[in-house]
Amino acid sequence: MGVGGLFGALWQVELVRMVVLAAVVFTFLAVGGPLFLVLAERKISAWIQARVGPKHVGPHGLLQTVADTLKLLYKENIAPYRADVVLFSVAPILVAVAALLDWVVIPFAPGWVVRDLNVGVVYFAAVSSLTVIGILAGGWASNNKYSLLGGLRSAAQMVSYELPLGFSLILVATITGSLSTVRIVEAQPYPAYLYPSVVVAAVVFLVAATAEANRIPFDLPEAEAELVAGYFSEYTPMRFALFQLGEYGSLLASSALFTTLFLGGWKGPFQLPGAGPVVNGLVWFVLKTYAVVFFLMWVRWTYPRFRIDQLLGLSWKVLLPVSMVNLLVAGLLMVVVR
Amino acid sequence: MPLDWAYVAVFALVGAGMAALPLGLVWLLAPRSQYPQKRVAYESGIIPFGEAWSQFHVRYYLFGLAFLLFDIEVIYMYPWAVVLRELGGFAFVEMLIFLGVLGVGLAYAWGKGALEWV
Repeated sequence: MGVGGLFGALWQVELVRMVVLAAVVFTFLAVGGPLFLVLAERKISAWIQARVGPKHVGPHGLLQTVADTLKLLYKENIAPYRADVVLFSVAPILVAVAALLDWVVIPFAPGWVVRDLNVGVVYFAAVSSLTVIGILAGGWASNNKYSLLGGLRSAAQMVSYELPLGFSLILVATITGSLSTVRIVEAQPYPAYLYPSVVVAAVVFLVAATAEANRIPFDLPEAEAELVAGYFSEYTPMRFALFQLGEYGSLLASSALFTTLFLGGWKGPFQLPGAGPVVNGLVWFVLKTYAVVFFLMWVRWTYPRFRIDQLLGLSWKVLLPVSMVNLLVAGLLMVVVR
Repeated sequence: MPLDWAYVAVFALVGAGMAALPLGLVWLLAPRSQYPQKRVAYESGIIPFGEAWSQFHVRYYLFGLAFLLFDIEVIYMYPWAVVLRELGGFAFVEMLIFLGVLGVGLAYAWGKGALEWV
């Protein structure tokens, strides 16, 4: 009864609750992530490039990604000769799980958060960096020179951008005096005299999150033209789909965290008529999150790819010093105004 | 608190299970190709020569090391961030010194060319 002592008398109920919640969030992630976002990405890119985009499967091509996923089920999984088979198989699962774990601390609406961890933002930074390990492992295990280079590039890039990202999180924690995502939402709007610092932190966060998600203009790990898709070139369809799940899942999670930290989370500019606090919160949260996602897609289809020295230079020589100074300025302001 | 981390553990387990599910479906459903060439690594169509697991450039290590140092320092700042308001000026001056040292370290790495992609 050691477990019972830990969780109180009804630990079975609690366990069922955990499993159901995990399954629901995973389903939401798979449907709201790759399944919807890949279609959205294709439609938006088509719109930006004055094309039509997917059109034939379902009304206006809405079922395109569903059809693609079904097709992937009929493609054999193979690993290359002399690959490290265990690492090769675990890597995509690790990336998908990392994207799922991000969602434990994201508050959807008042009272609607899986677990309001008291170290929320640190937890987010920690589990989202599991992706690096998955990508590096995948690139290494493939025993393909391009994959290895893609994996290494990805690791160099993602760890470099984790630092400015961390400084943005620290700035928000300094202002709210808490690391809990729920408390951070409740503390918004932030005091007006801190707006300049918050805006700088938000921009740094957005740039770093784009780089963490390996998206254009920071998609060097994949770089089709140079690295034949980088770390996942050896991956057969369903495992590739798991990488996609991880990539779009963490894109969605980063957008959700951006919404939580800088856009007021579930709080809207006005109360929706006839909606309770939960529905109101959910609607605003989803709207804001997908607006951020749309912005990132817009950036993707507008800018060309960086060179890797420019990319790392931007992180270490611009974003990192800027966010350090920004944090000090904000701290000084807070101490003085207090 | 333990309950929170139990949630995280269950999420990780259920997530891994649900991620493995489509892989199981593929194993059941997908036809298997009989050609041995299917397992040759794709390196732009050339037959691969040598192993990919060989020496690679030291610059990756440099960035890895620099990251490791800075990331550990950043971790120390989270507790500071939470209590800055309560402690006020004292905590601020402390962090000024800490970040100053960190900045000197960054400037040193920069000057030594550790941040250059060679």
